[in-house]
Amino acid sequence: MMSSHSLVYLIALPLAGAAILLLAGRRSDKWGHLLATGLSASSFFLGLYQLSLMLSRSNEQRPVGQKLFEWISVGTFNIDAGLMLDQLSICFVLLITGVGTLIHIYSISYMSHDPDRRRFFAFLNLFIAAMLLLVLGDSYLNLYVGWEGVGLASYLLIGFWNQKLAYATASKKAFVMNRIGDMGLSFAIMIAFATMGTVSFTGVKAAAEHTSTAALTAIGIMLLLAATGKSAQFPLQAWLGDAMAGPTPVSALIHAATMVTAGVYLITRSNFIFDAAPTAQLLVVIVGAITLMFGALIGTAKDDIKKALAASTMSQIGYMILGAGLGPVGYAFAIMHLLTHGFFKAGMFLGAGSVIHGMNDEVNIRKYGALRKFMPITFATFGFGYLAILGVPPFAGFYSKDMIIETAFNSGGIKGIILGSVTLLGAGITAFYMTRVMILTFTGTSRWDEEVHPYESPWLMWLPMAILAVGSVTSGYLLSHGNALVNWLSPLFESHGEHDEFLPPMVVSGLALAMVAIGVAIAFLKYSRSDVDAVAPSDVSIFTTIARQDLMQDRFNEAVFMRPGQLLTSVLVKTDEAIIDGAVRGVGRAAMGTGATLRGVQSGFVRSYAALILIGAVALIAAIWVVVQ
Amino acid sequence: MVFTAPVLNYTLLSPILILLAGALIGVLVEAFVSKALRSITQLTLTIGTLVLSLAQVWKIRNAQSTTAAMGSVVIDGPAILLQASILIIAIISVFVIADTDHFTALAAALPGSDEERHAVQTGNQVTEVYPLTLFAISGMMLFPVSSDLITLFVALEMLSLPLYLMAGLSRRRRLASQEAALKYFLLGAFSSAFFLFGMAYLYGYSASVTFAGIRESVVGGSGNDVLLLIGIAFVSIGLLFKVGAVPFHAWSPDVYQGAPTPITGFMAAATKIAAFGAMLRIYYTVFANAQWSWSPLLSAIAVITMLFGSFVAIAQRDVKRMLAYSSIAHAGFLLAGVIALNKAGLDASIFYLFAYGVATVGAFAIVTLVRDSAGEVTDLNRWKGLGKRSPWVAATFAGFLLAFAGIPLTSGFIGKFSIFSAAYESGAKGVVIVGVLSSAIAAFFYIRVIVLMFFTDPVQDGTSVEIPSELTRIAIIFSIVVTIALGVYPAPLLDFITNLAIFIR
Repeated sequence: MMSSHSLVYLIALPLAGAAILLLAGRRSDKWGHLLATGLSASSFFLGLYQLSLMLSRSNEQRPVGQKLFEWISVGTFNIDAGLMLDQLSICFVLLITGVGTLIHIYSISYMSHDPDRRRFFAFLNLFIAAMLLLVLGDSYLNLYVGWEGVGLASYLLIGFWNQKLAYATASKKAFVMNRIGDMGLSFAIMIAFATMGTVSFTGVKAAAEHTSTAALTAIGIMLLLAATGKSAQFPLQAWLGDAMAGPTPVSALIHAATMVTAGVYLITRSNFIFDAAPTAQLLVVIVGAITLMFGALIGTAKDDIKKALAASTMSQIGYMILGAGLGPVGYAFAIMHLLTHGFFKAGMFLGAGSVIHGMNDEVNIRKYGALRKFMPITFATFGFGYLAILGVPPFAGFYSKDMIIETAFNSGGIKGIILGSVTLLGAGITAFYMTRVMILTFTGTSRWDEEVHPYESPWLMWLPMAILAVGSVTSGYLLSHGNALVNWLSPLFESHGEHDEFLPPMVVSGLALAMVAIGVAIAFLKYSRSDVDAVAPSDVSIFTTIARQDLMQDRFNEAVFMRPGQLLTSVLVKTDEAIIDGAVRGVGRAAMGTGATLRGVQSGFVRSYAALILIGAVALIAAIWVVVQ
Repeated sequence: MVFTAPVLNYTLLSPILILLAGALIGVLVEAFVSKALRSITQLTLTIGTLVLSLAQVWKIRNAQSTTAAMGSVVIDGPAILLQASILIIAIISVFVIADTDHFTALAAALPGSDEERHAVQTGNQVTEVYPLTLFAISGMMLFPVSSDLITLFVALEMLSLPLYLMAGLSRRRRLASQEAALKYFLLGAFSSAFFLFGMAYLYGYSASVTFAGIRESVVGGSGNDVLLLIGIAFVSIGLLFKVGAVPFHAWSPDVYQGAPTPITGFMAAATKIAAFGAMLRIYYTVFANAQWSWSPLLSAIAVITMLFGSFVAIAQRDVKRMLAYSSIAHAGFLLAGVIALNKAGLDASIFYLFAYGVATVGAFAIVTLVRDSAGEVTDLNRWKGLGKRSPWVAATFAGFLLAFAGIPLTSGFIGKFSIFSAAYESGAKGVVIVGVLSSAIAAFFYIRVIVLMFFTDPVQDGTSVEIPSELTRIAIIFSIVVTIALGVYPAPLLDFITNLAIFIR
């Protein structure tokens, strides 16, 4: 691998921004947001420069590395803090810094009335730095540092308005659920070290060939657990909806475009493990399939525009995970969907933010309506994102999502049929709930509260939305034209022979479009032709109720984990108090009693002290007498 | 009888001679310098003398001689190390002693008399404490380098007599202070009698008062063992009394509590070095070949001392008494180093003595700072919440306590670890096991004080922390820095000790 000296600046610039803003405090209130935006943009241009360098080299020469310093050196266990930029990480670098910079720009205006705007930008920069470290680390341990860093940034940003108890609770929930996943990652690292003696990507890749399938399966399952935590996949999906408590730009950047896709990155990066551990790979597919349906179903019942988008994010990442679980043929498509999704979902979130901004912080879509006329730019950019997520040609989602559906069908046998059907059905449901959001927000009659006067957002906000909309339209075509992304990434993945085609691509596309059309039609029939209540109806079917409550995910967690967990801890606490503390206190009491008794010897009379010395002397002489005898 | 003039090696004796000269000049200062200048003159003189003496010790550090004073004094590696330790601890002790608020205005006045009140009002000060300190230090310096019984006894009295006086000089609670001084004197005299008696037996056994002569007889094994054993036992009683080992410890809690706190710190640290220094020399050189006779007895005493000190300390409500019992427990740990009777045991003991001494002076210096309108507050209940009001002082005190408890990253851990491992190596496994157990018990009461300071709400009763004088501050900072430094990076000092600490016979 070639070495480069400039990789570190990608991370160092935003990190310095975070440090300056946090340390300078209120003094930087005036210019902090500009500095943060500038540093994020510089990082983006550095990324572009790295891409240009990469393009000028041949396929094998493209990855570059940089050793920063010796981190851990204990006996045979040596880990350097090192960075690695290859074809996969550059995609992420550009997505993170590109979308990140747009969202910085957007936030300048969106957060302009917040007294803590500087702190917000500091956290955004911190997030960018941590996320870049995550994708640039050259070993699982370096990745882990970034992984924890984004977790921290996410926690800080979800709870940014922590004066509201519910928001603080939401950030805590996200943090705790992420910890479960993080534990999986640390276990994976430990198992890798125990069985292979190395944790660097290249080292593990080389060692994977000689490692038992059982060990690889264990590592794979632990990595999957990590991915489910960070990417809000089943069974650790419950935090994402609550994470919408954070400011909307945060939802766009962290909980739509970048951080939540870290799980997909992890699985794709670990392709050499999953390819050699079929059981773990199958589990990946199952998790993806369950989550994509799970998110889609929740999405149908959400009246909070951000939560509806969050459910959709969960579902779309389900597609990516599923794609990544399909092995070498799926990795590139998973990444492609990840990139296109980064554009259209971030765009839609920013659109939602624009709507919320114009509607006096109202998030309930039942209280919107007819906004098309008042927010034409928002409507247009959101609309492009909508078409992209539906997968309408030629918008971005058409290329990426169809590829995943097609690959799912072609994965062979009964598995292929089931996965294909699930992805198709998911596409239909997606069309339904996204259309519902579109109709309720932008068309029909207005159901606003009084004293609400919607207006279009200022240019600082709509410009990023417009740029992302361009991405929503064109990115799919650009990435798939001449198999550009697939060829770009191909050196990283083991290539296998072509699968048998179960269904030809044209048929898959046709089926998918038919499902989308059905979903859209149902939504139109249900919401466009009749008036919608401003208050959610309560006499709904049991299914709607369940969907509104996120398919009972919280109740499930409470019943299965929280209450038994609380019971366990309370039992342990009682055991600790009664038995362990009891024993310790008993020893303590005995010691104190002994001390108090012995203390009686100290009478204060010099005669008794002298007597004590005499007794000691006599005892010594007596002992000597015994020895001599 | 022909009288030959003694041949003295003045270079090797110079550290002690400098101290004695300084002390004598101090006496003259008392007589001739005006009251106003006396205090500062004495302080300068004392510190100057100590520093000069320390420099001289450093200069002769590689000298070795058994004939520095006609076979009565031996200068070797351990002697240099012990003398240097005593001097360093003496210097920081004098820094704390210099805060004259601890000493009575007029020692000769009856407590509560008009005379005393007048002395207080005129701002009289007892500056005699400085020459007394120097006399005591010269005795301590001589004690571990003596190589015959007569010199040893002279040194013992030289270090003891000034200490008896100094213990009675407290400014407040003078009756308790004087009672402590008297108790110390009476019991000291009592134990000296045992010591002298033991010397007589040893002379009877070997027909010699020099260490070399006694050693020869022990190695030869020709004498009457009963005389030897009684001699060893009685000499040991004298030494064990000085270090405060059970059952010869009874004086120490009362004296520690009654004496002025800076003197307590000095006494606890420096006397222990001198007494253990002499003990190490006697057991390692003179009695080494009679190990079968004293090792079991000393082990028993060590075990009882460690357990007794640790257990009784738990029941204490007074910080000075608690530290007194802690000092008894530490005497037990140090006895493990004597019992080890190997090179590692000697090295570890010297390291332990220095580390413990520094921490002790620091801890008692902190005790001098916690006061109310009536003087020092030593009731532990009134130390509650100290950490909230004076975090730095409380944290430093906590540092010393952790060192006493032997928590890693403090000098106490290194000391305990090396002394126990030396004892274990030599086969004294029982002593080590009891030692570790009683360390655990002891940790309880050290940490209880930390909990009291940091995790209990403060009581509002006028207890406050004085701002330390510059000298006291220097002493405390030096102590805590050494305590932590020796815990984090002990290797240089340990190496230095290992290279130097070899007894010559």
